[in-house]
Amino acid sequence: MTTPSSGFWIVLGLGVLFGFFLEAGGLGSPRKLTAQLSLRDWTVFKAMFVAIVVAAAALYLSDLTDLLDSAKLKAPTPFYGAMFAGGALLGLGMALGGYCPGTSVVGLFSGRLDAVFFILGMSGGVYLFAYFCGDLQWLFLAGKGAERETLVSLTGLPAWLILLALAGLTAAGFRFGSQLEGRGDGVVEAKHLAGDP
Amino acid sequence: MVAEHSTPHAFLSPLLTGVGLGATLYAAFLLTGHGLGAFGFFRDLTAALAAWTDPFWTSENAYLSNFLSEGGLLSGWITWEIGGVAIGGLLGSLAARRFRFKIERGAGVASVSRLAYALFGGVLTGLGAALARGCTSGLGLSGGAVLSSGAFVFLLGFFLAGVLAAIGLKGLWK
Repeated sequence: MTTPSSGFWIVLGLGVLFGFFLEAGGLGSPRKLTAQLSLRDWTVFKAMFVAIVVAAAALYLSDLTDLLDSAKLKAPTPFYGAMFAGGALLGLGMALGGYCPGTSVVGLFSGRLDAVFFILGMSGGVYLFAYFCGDLQWLFLAGKGAERETLVSLTGLPAWLILLALAGLTAAGFRFGSQLEGRGDGVVEAKHLAGDP
Repeated sequence: MVAEHSTPHAFLSPLLTGVGLGATLYAAFLLTGHGLGAFGFFRDLTAALAAWTDPFWTSENAYLSNFLSEGGLLSGWITWEIGGVAIGGLLGSLAARRFRFKIERGAGVASVSRLAYALFGGVLTGLGAALARGCTSGLGLSGGAVLSSGAFVFLLGFFLAGVLAAIGLKGLWK
């Protein structure tokens, strides 16, 4: 689909669902998000990898049944160095600031005023990047991989096997994560967040 | 507000949350040909703000000039998606009685410190997402769904650095 105005309403509706599920799972809460990083609450990993496996499997099946032409679904061309470094900065940013870009929107619209500062900071970070983009060019282009590389094209393995491996990783995360959750204070629940702070 | 004084409903389980997010992501690919995102909105917003304050510098900037469009922010699909995310988060939290005006922080952290940490974490996030060409949604989730190799390298960096930082920052969120 190109960008007709009807498409914008569809995207808006998809955004509503995206925001709804993020909030429903507790992913608008910086305490819950950062509890994943200290390995006390595995909700982020579990929800994220279930989402990836569900969407990837559905896209795979849609391609098999010609519901969708997967050739149109383009993976981004990887810049491994830049993506690893950028991912690490987001990890650090979440550990300190409590959010990532999408969850900061949900945090803000469920009443969290700290998300305003995170969002202001993000915009400042983008501006900094733009200001120094000449100096950062080497990192921005670091580790360029093959055009539109996927795990399938990279490894030569069939897609179903990759999907199975991802499902296995997800299941392992559930098992290991739930064990760790049982050991400490347990997961961050909605009732823990109702009081102050 | 009524919601302020009522008992919040429990969160949806991680499994059901993941299924809901995955189904939404799949629907996005099916209906629009692209996945979901978030950082792109803040990037485009920053480009628009920069162009407003300094049009010449912005149009010459090798990074921001890519994200200026004649139709303005409303001509980009991601603006509409983020509008939806805001509505979904608001209605969901109100309906489940989880909406609270607050500065969410660890028990030992003063509100003003929390806001400073949020600002600084935001700066790192803006830098990182610009560098990676995407965020946890746009690259991690959406890239992961099309099995992008770059997406998994991104997620590895995210979790590794996040967990290491959390060890160093013990107490910030307790």
